[in-house]
Amino acid sequence: MTAVIEVRNIKKAFKRHRSQELLVLDNVNFSMREGEIIALLGRSGSGKSTLLRIIAGLIRPTAGQVIYHKQAITRPEPGLTMVFQHFALLPWLTVLENVELGLEAQGVAKDERRARAIEAIDIVGLDGFESAYPKELSGGMSQRVGLARALVVDPEVLLMDEPFSALDVLTADNLRGDLLDIWHSDKTRIKCVLLVTHNIEEAALLADRILVFDNDPGCVRAEIKVELKHPRNEQAAEFHKLVDDIYGLMTKPEAATFIKPQAEFKIIDQHFRLPKVEISEMMGFVETLSDYDPHAKIDLPKLADDLHFEIDDLFPITEVLEIMHFIQVSEGDVVLTDSGRKLALAEMLDRKKIFAKHLMEYVPLARHVRAVLDKESEHEVSETVFLSELETVLSDDSAEETLAVVIDWGRYAEIFAYDYNSGMLSLENPQ
Amino acid sequence: MPRQTYTKNEVTSWPIPNYWDAVALCFVVALLVLLGWGAKEMLVQFNVGQQTSISLNPAYLPYYALRSVLRMLIALGFSLIFTFIFGSWAAKSRSAEKLIIPLIDILQSVPVLGFLTITVPAFILLFRGSMLGPEAAAIFAIFTAQVWNMALSLYQSIKTVPSELTEAGLMFRLSPWQKFWRIDTPFAMPGLIWNMMMSMSCSWVFLVASEAISVAGHHINLPGVGSYIALAILQKDKMAILYSIITMLLVILIYDQILFRPLVAWSQKFRASIDEDDDEPESWILNLFQRTAFFNFIGASVGWAADRFVNLSILRNAPARRYYEPNETWRRIFAILWSSALALGLIASVLILFLFIKHSVPFSEIVHTFYLGAVTALRVLIIILISSIIWVPIGVWVGSKAKVAQVVQPIAQFLAAFPANLLFPIVFMLIVKYHLSVNIWVSPLMVLGTQWYILFNVIAGASSLPKNLRQAVGTLNVTGWLWWRKFMLPAIFPYYITGAITAAGGAWNISIIAEAVQWGNQQLDATGLGAYITQVATKGSFEQLVLGISVMSLYVLAFNHFLWKPLYNLAEERFQIL
Repeated sequence: MTAVIEVRNIKKAFKRHRSQELLVLDNVNFSMREGEIIALLGRSGSGKSTLLRIIAGLIRPTAGQVIYHKQAITRPEPGLTMVFQHFALLPWLTVLENVELGLEAQGVAKDERRARAIEAIDIVGLDGFESAYPKELSGGMSQRVGLARALVVDPEVLLMDEPFSALDVLTADNLRGDLLDIWHSDKTRIKCVLLVTHNIEEAALLADRILVFDNDPGCVRAEIKVELKHPRNEQAAEFHKLVDDIYGLMTKPEAATFIKPQAEFKIIDQHFRLPKVEISEMMGFVETLSDYDPHAKIDLPKLADDLHFEIDDLFPITEVLEIMHFIQVSEGDVVLTDSGRKLALAEMLDRKKIFAKHLMEYVPLARHVRAVLDKESEHEVSETVFLSELETVLSDDSAEETLAVVIDWGRYAEIFAYDYNSGMLSLENPQ
Repeated sequence: MPRQTYTKNEVTSWPIPNYWDAVALCFVVALLVLLGWGAKEMLVQFNVGQQTSISLNPAYLPYYALRSVLRMLIALGFSLIFTFIFGSWAAKSRSAEKLIIPLIDILQSVPVLGFLTITVPAFILLFRGSMLGPEAAAIFAIFTAQVWNMALSLYQSIKTVPSELTEAGLMFRLSPWQKFWRIDTPFAMPGLIWNMMMSMSCSWVFLVASEAISVAGHHINLPGVGSYIALAILQKDKMAILYSIITMLLVILIYDQILFRPLVAWSQKFRASIDEDDDEPESWILNLFQRTAFFNFIGASVGWAADRFVNLSILRNAPARRYYEPNETWRRIFAILWSSALALGLIASVLILFLFIKHSVPFSEIVHTFYLGAVTALRVLIIILISSIIWVPIGVWVGSKAKVAQVVQPIAQFLAAFPANLLFPIVFMLIVKYHLSVNIWVSPLMVLGTQWYILFNVIAGASSLPKNLRQAVGTLNVTGWLWWRKFMLPAIFPYYITGAITAAGGAWNISIIAEAVQWGNQQLDATGLGAYITQVATKGSFEQLVLGISVMSLYVLAFNHFLWKPLYNLAEERFQIL
């Protein structure tokens, strides 16, 4: 099989203040071959959308090349097209006019444009809605228009940016099935599909190859080849095993921590990008785990299924709880630690005390904020001080989010106080 | 709502007109004839010193109204051209943005009314011997009242086009030309139309002031409602004032129905989503034309032409740019050069202005104008405060009753469009009759026209309050002052601020005519910068006029940046109910 697109040593860094650089993608290599659907699976913020836009020719990589037809991509190429997460339909154009857009850009005459657009609309099963405006359509129908708009320009490569994540479960299922039907029919000349997703089941259901993406910086951590035939049965044992394997891969400790097998918890530094997790989510999660037998290993895919969670809901929670030594995660299983069990069973005030102790011990940023406040004679420091500290390492957005998260946790644990209007952190409780 | 299904384009042969066509055709022909006739009248001979006669006979009023409206429409056309060129340029080019946006910000704070005496002679010179001179001057005055908020609106809309739409445009390889007409302009359309309506309303005041003007001892009266009013004031004809008020009401009603209602109803299709509870604006004119066969055919042809226009082949095949991040170092060097050039230009122009004024105006007078500015500023603040105290409770009450709001809201918007200077003679007579203090009683004139912005924004705020909030506060038995302090005032604050900013901005401009009111040959002058500008303009003292206008612009800018902007940001950040 010949490679249609080759991604070679892609690196993307955003300029930070002066000399600092923020590395989003590092050393990404893979190729897309004819006749395959590739899923790029990773958590949000792992840079997979950035990678997709580099392949699309919308963003310039800092280093490396994307090769298509023996040439490096430097601009949106005619053979590549994209389906967007939030559809990106023009609300003032009808379904037909939206689908015609790409042909208009090519300068296709109006009659031919119309005929081809109607054909594409037929393929996605939207005939009868040609004159409707996007606002009349449901999410599922809107994404069908997005698909038709992509198909009508007769692409070789279809790039899909989390195309089903804005849809409800049933609609997404329905659309995935239809996408496979179109893929296996000979109505299009699409050679390969690149699907960015954070949904493990979706990747397992659609992809011939799954590239598991890692955060900070984004890179391909593992590649899973899927030999199952379409359509795949979600209830079949092989499918369950595949999903289990992916969970295992995604929760496997990083290579660096393998050196010390005793360090079973993730250790973070002061500038670690804390995931946005609510206190109530953490508490709810440990309470749920405490319903199981002590020391029982609980299967993450099953837990996610019971809670109706996707990995973007689940992994941030498990990550934080593991950092704080409340749970242990390995190979797709999760165990509640002793202190985690204590936390789950404690009364409200005790719970705060336990949480505060672990927060101070295992989250360096919280410890740092408290230390600075202790040292100040007024015991009062502006949040901007910590923000600019974080911004030396993180992007502006993540720095802001991380600080907001640590302020949230710190306020709950009562290790410091915060005043929204003045933006001051202090040791006093508000008057 | 019945959903249309797609039918093949059947309008390929000449359509058989239906009876809606007859109605629509009469309509279009009548409109064209009226506008054409009005336009022809603009081109008649004119020489400086020549008297144009205005008659107070109400029979002439429809004709005058036509001429006035025509002026406003032409100005609106120029405003649109300016908007599309400079608004989109500022949005597309960062270096243009640095020049255009501050310039518009300053220009919209300049009291244009003060400039009439300068621009009129210039235009008369330009179109020597033709009526076009004074016409162009009047149109220019109206243009300067309309254009700034329209340009800013387009600029802001284009800047906020969602990134996914921009990416889709790039991905499907639209040329910049195609992208502008397919993505940017439609996205900006609802905001632009709303601002066009605002502009049209604002420009009535300027129209009334700009049609009858005296330059270098000569009185020029352009046939129009404004001249009619000016003459009525001069001759103390109360009936004529009444006639003109009625005419104005009718004219505003008519162009609202013929022009803006169809535009607003049509622009609904550019909105990304429809709120379920909002009634979709409808227009009988639009409905009428959408039912006709012949005009649908015309519409299809226009659509075809528009299609060809957007897809012009010359502008299509421009090769897609490589990425859209320009080269960093070159861009930075260019940006630094450009910024320093702008800074130098700014310093130079301030210096020139300063030297020019200082050359012929004593320093004490400069100080005095600042004092006068402070008086006017105080007047503006107090009058905004008073009208807030009056209109906020009323607005809240109206907004709480959906039925009442439906009736009052359009009336308030309508009143905002009404040129308040028509009512000045009434206040004048009251002041003279009861020997009232001029300094105090001319103040209400300044918000006569703009106070309605406070009212209808507060109504909008109160009626959009979530019901459950209201009920939650109700169950806690929160009443009286506590209810206002903790619930209603913070809740409507963002809306109120928007209204107050508009009202205050208008008040500054109006102060130029409000602080020096005239009735017959009597004149009442208050102490204030507005009165100063009027006096030096009548005197024809150019340097003093520039001084007055500069000081007023400074005050307006200072107010915007140190009072209104912080308040607006506060409202956005803390009191916005999502």
